[in-house]
Amino acid sequence: MYYIGVDIGSTCAKTTVTDADGKIYFQEVCPTGWSSVDTAENIRKQLADAGFDPKDNVVVATGYGRVAIPYSDKTVTEITCHCAGAVQLFGHQEMGVIDIGGQDTKIIEVEHGMVKNFIMNDKCSAGTGRFLEVMANTLSVTPDQLTVLAEGGSDTSISSLCTVFAESEVISLIGRGEKKENIAFAVVDSIVRKVASQASRMHLAGKPVCLTGGLCDSEYIRKALSNELKMDVETCPQARYAGSIGATVFARKLGAKKS
Amino acid sequence: MSDYLQMWKDLDMDIETHDMLCQVLPTAFGDTFLSMENRPESMGFYDFVVSEIHGIRPSEMIAAQAEGKKVVGTFCVYVPDEVINAAGALFSGLCGGSQFWVPGGEKYLPKNTCPLVKASLGARFDRTCPFFRLVDMIVGETTCDAKKKAYEILGQDVPMYIMDMPQMKRDIDIQKWADEIKAFAAKMEELTGNTITIDGLNDAIKTINNKRKALARIYDARKNADNIPISGLDALLIMQIAFFDDPARCAEMANKVADELEQRNKDGVSVFPAGTKRILLTGTPLAIPNWKLHHIIETSGAAVVCEEMCTGTRYFENLVDEDNATLDDAYMALSKRYMKNNCSCFTPNQGRIDDILRMAKEYNVDGVIDTNLKFCCLYDTERRSVEEAMNEAGIPFLGIETDYTDSDAEQLRTRIEAFVEMLG
Repeated sequence: MYYIGVDIGSTCAKTTVTDADGKIYFQEVCPTGWSSVDTAENIRKQLADAGFDPKDNVVVATGYGRVAIPYSDKTVTEITCHCAGAVQLFGHQEMGVIDIGGQDTKIIEVEHGMVKNFIMNDKCSAGTGRFLEVMANTLSVTPDQLTVLAEGGSDTSISSLCTVFAESEVISLIGRGEKKENIAFAVVDSIVRKVASQASRMHLAGKPVCLTGGLCDSEYIRKALSNELKMDVETCPQARYAGSIGATVFARKLGAKKS
Repeated sequence: MSDYLQMWKDLDMDIETHDMLCQVLPTAFGDTFLSMENRPESMGFYDFVVSEIHGIRPSEMIAAQAEGKKVVGTFCVYVPDEVINAAGALFSGLCGGSQFWVPGGEKYLPKNTCPLVKASLGARFDRTCPFFRLVDMIVGETTCDAKKKAYEILGQDVPMYIMDMPQMKRDIDIQKWADEIKAFAAKMEELTGNTITIDGLNDAIKTINNKRKALARIYDARKNADNIPISGLDALLIMQIAFFDDPARCAEMANKVADELEQRNKDGVSVFPAGTKRILLTGTPLAIPNWKLHHIIETSGAAVVCEEMCTGTRYFENLVDEDNATLDDAYMALSKRYMKNNCSCFTPNQGRIDDILRMAKEYNVDGVIDTNLKFCCLYDTERRSVEEAMNEAGIPFLGIETDYTDSDAEQLRTRIEAFVEMLG
């Protein structure tokens, strides 16, 4: 029996398969595309081809597309899953988890390995992956390239938090001949400040803070966030899978109940 | 709905636009309410009222007007229904709870006004609500800035009377509210041509107290730690209808529900599976037909067991002293009861925090969800104090800001489901 976690986010769908001991056998990320239903079906095929057919194993679905997965045995929200995933990945029972996702950013306070409190951006896409994507598009680079460029920039800022207005600001900066590096710096700076302002509303002092979600690959973002929060933010390459890893935790619990 | 077309035409309503509202409401009600299982039988009355929402009660009010009675519209649980009743007039809560009316309100108000205020103005000016059309006078009150200024605009279209609410709770404020109630009584006498007598006012106090007692019985039945005899949605609907129903009938019907709920508690008949998480919902009012949050919460593995809201405990908690000797005594007795209500328009407002802590215990809740309508700066700002108090008491807490649209429904569902998961 294998335990499968499927995390269909707004931008990417992440899948993790483990055995009963939590050892990872399969991990995959693919773009969500426009249809969660199609994505769910593609993941099912991939899993079946790799020898982990959902119908023979336990599946827990999470992410905003969690309800679009017909073969899941249970759905758990991404907040609870990111917490469980971060506990697995980082080994802390007490910590703050910052998940910068495609369309929302979550700050989770973890106590005894469980969610104690959380907040999510509710007003707009400021401080999310989508903000980065839109700005990268305006600058004709990929989001990854943008974060690399940002490292060489300085002294520029975007004041608007609204993604649409911020895009106009970026266009103005392009218009007045500002260096691409500086604009990229301003974009990342804007995200980091927004995330830090959300985090300041949670009780994270003295606890380790871990970054999960799609932006964890960027060392520059980790550093910038650490500077802004005045604490050393941890991350690891697998942190983008935190949601699906967390889902496997609940799949294993469910499997134990079933058998 | 039965045929009320002529009545609506006589009220100079926009029939075509109103038809659109009449078409969507049954679906919304069916999806939300009729899909629930094992509802109390006594909810039949309330289902019927909703099915005839813009017909049956308005037609009763119009019949009363034909006999020379006046109908007064109100927007706030601080406006004393007793005075209106003692003057021989009928009252109706008017707050708008549907997104349907919001664009109409936005023609007159800034976009960043709370949806309740926008919907209310939209309902009046777009001529798509019979209650808003039939009232002889509207009583406003100076609770929040949005309402204060909106009343000035509303007053250009309909006779308005404004009561000046104190914003603190010192003795001078309680005296001031008694004086305001007395001035309002004089206005009601002028409007109706009737004299308010001490016997009449004492009777009215008893009538409204009986209604409060009946509604309180329903809430008492919801305190049962082992059984949830009624969904939060059904309880909310009862409260929403209480705002415009005849007070004596409201008491009678609420007592019937309470009888059934008490029996259900004895028999262990619950509308939710054992172990369902119990939620205390606090914050801004949920005017009919705003059922959004209750629906999301109750389809996310939790149940609302109490509303610390105007459409909840603030409507019926505390009784007015009966058998007053003079009118001035009665106005003071009214002021004392109404000033016990804890709206966030007061400062300081520790009383509301104490209420929430008390209700969290009384209703055996697992968590508190505090909600405010978008752009309600009072409740939004007060959230910080509520959250701090809940943290200190170790009560799980979730804050939610939302409006009447469905655009954030899925986001809210994620947050509420995660909160319920957090409760274990």
